[in-house]
Amino acid sequence: MLHIDNPILEFKDVSVSYTPGKNAVNQVSASIERNKITAIMGPSGCGKSTLLRAVNRMHELYPDIRITGEILIDNQNILTMNPMEVRRIAGMVFQRPNPFPTMSIYENVIAGYSLNGIRLSKKEKDELVETNLKNVGLWDEVKDALLKKGTFLSGGQQQRLCIARALALKPEVLLMDEPTSALDPIATNRIEELLLELKKDYTIVIVTHNMGQAARISDYSMFMYLGQLVEYDETQVMFTNPADSRTEEYLSGQFG
Amino acid sequence: MKDKIFRLLLMLSAALVLFICGGMVYSLVSGSLEAFGHFGFFKFITTAEWNPRPDQEEYGALSFIIGTLMTSFLALLFCIPFSISVALFTGEYFRGSKLSVIVSSVIELLAGIPSIVYGLWGFYALRPLMEQLNLSTQGFGILTASIVLAIMIIPYASSLSSEFISMVPKDLKEGAYSLGATRMEVIRHVILPNSGSGVFASYILALGRALGETMAVTMLIGNTENIPRSLSSTGNSMASIIANQFGESDGLKLSSLIAIGLLLFMITAVINFIGKLVISKFNKV
Repeated sequence: MLHIDNPILEFKDVSVSYTPGKNAVNQVSASIERNKITAIMGPSGCGKSTLLRAVNRMHELYPDIRITGEILIDNQNILTMNPMEVRRIAGMVFQRPNPFPTMSIYENVIAGYSLNGIRLSKKEKDELVETNLKNVGLWDEVKDALLKKGTFLSGGQQQRLCIARALALKPEVLLMDEPTSALDPIATNRIEELLLELKKDYTIVIVTHNMGQAARISDYSMFMYLGQLVEYDETQVMFTNPADSRTEEYLSGQFG
Repeated sequence: MKDKIFRLLLMLSAALVLFICGGMVYSLVSGSLEAFGHFGFFKFITTAEWNPRPDQEEYGALSFIIGTLMTSFLALLFCIPFSISVALFTGEYFRGSKLSVIVSSVIELLAGIPSIVYGLWGFYALRPLMEQLNLSTQGFGILTASIVLAIMIIPYASSLSSEFISMVPKDLKEGAYSLGATRMEVIRHVILPNSGSGVFASYILALGRALGETMAVTMLIGNTENIPRSLSSTGNSMASIIANQFGESDGLKLSSLIAIGLLLFMITAVINFIGKLVISKFNKV
């Protein structure tokens, strides 16, 4: 499988189980390259979201979920770190846009700081809000409505607000869990363009069940099936010449 | 045909409910006319006099209104820290676990205990304690009644607010956790603000219950007809004065008691209306 020289994120024999003895993710090992977009594809229930949520230790919010193996970010095993710290260096964008409805657009962008009790000066806040809203291409659309509630925005705008919120904490890795599955094609298109911009500064891992999306934006692709990482390669190679027959069947639309 | 009969039955029972409620209001109003006519509405609610001597009869509701409001709001105050922790326990921390099911059913059990039992407990367990602690001369009074009232309304406040707390969407909580927030921070900045109006409404409804509570209060408040000046002083509540004196009253005194009943009805109706209003606003968001 694919070799990466200087990875930012590494999975080493990672298994995740919801019920004892049954692995939803089974012995996955892979390295993720810096400043690239890596897509994780596969049919529903293949474990792609489960693998992604292991990286920012989301599974720990629920009892009975067990993770084994090692996940390294910059050579540090995040499974032994403080989970709050892990979540700050691995930002996440969810399937459905989830801006905080009690907070304004402005407050949503800096929510990562206010939630953690980090005090910022007015100037620092203003800068964070402007930079990150500009980063997601939302600044011109909302600069006159910063104090309005984020829930008044359209779905696509809300999702870009959530991306800005994650970026404001300056994460090492941006984890995206099917971020466009609740959006219309135009909004999806804007997010995809945004991700191509963002990879200059960030490493992005995106879970998608949309093969077209993986083909359009990702540099590397993983194909998962029944909890296993079946194939991991450069996206171009995988889409033109898949090594495994299951990958080929999935990509040609025979299941999924 | 059957459908029509069923429809008619439903309409009849709905009409009956309206009729009963209307009848109640009518008898309260007509019963209290004598008192309001004799003293005047405004004077009746601002006088603390309660003098049943036949030649110089004078009645006013002020001390009982104050007694009721003092005990109820004090009870609400005592109940908030306990019920919010219970609500967070069952609605967030241990949601769906066996422990939370057990705690919730014990709370429901508490809600089902008849108020006379709370009164007895207060009388034989709490009152001597208050006496020993020198909090009131015989252990009776506003404070003793408020504490028991608080225990009685905790189940209402906590089970309802627990429901609103558990309704906060998982998406929002995960969003906050994904930004590195701790559980306390998620509760403070996401769960409470998003369930706030629902939790507030739970307290309003609990307050409505405290206002009308009779038995336990009458056993502990001391039943004196004066304005309570401190937490340790005795007094009487609106519900309690009615329960204590209606049997031996007639004429102007009976009418005054009915007038107090009407006032109590109005206060609780307003409080419940505010609570429901806040809840319906919450459900729309």
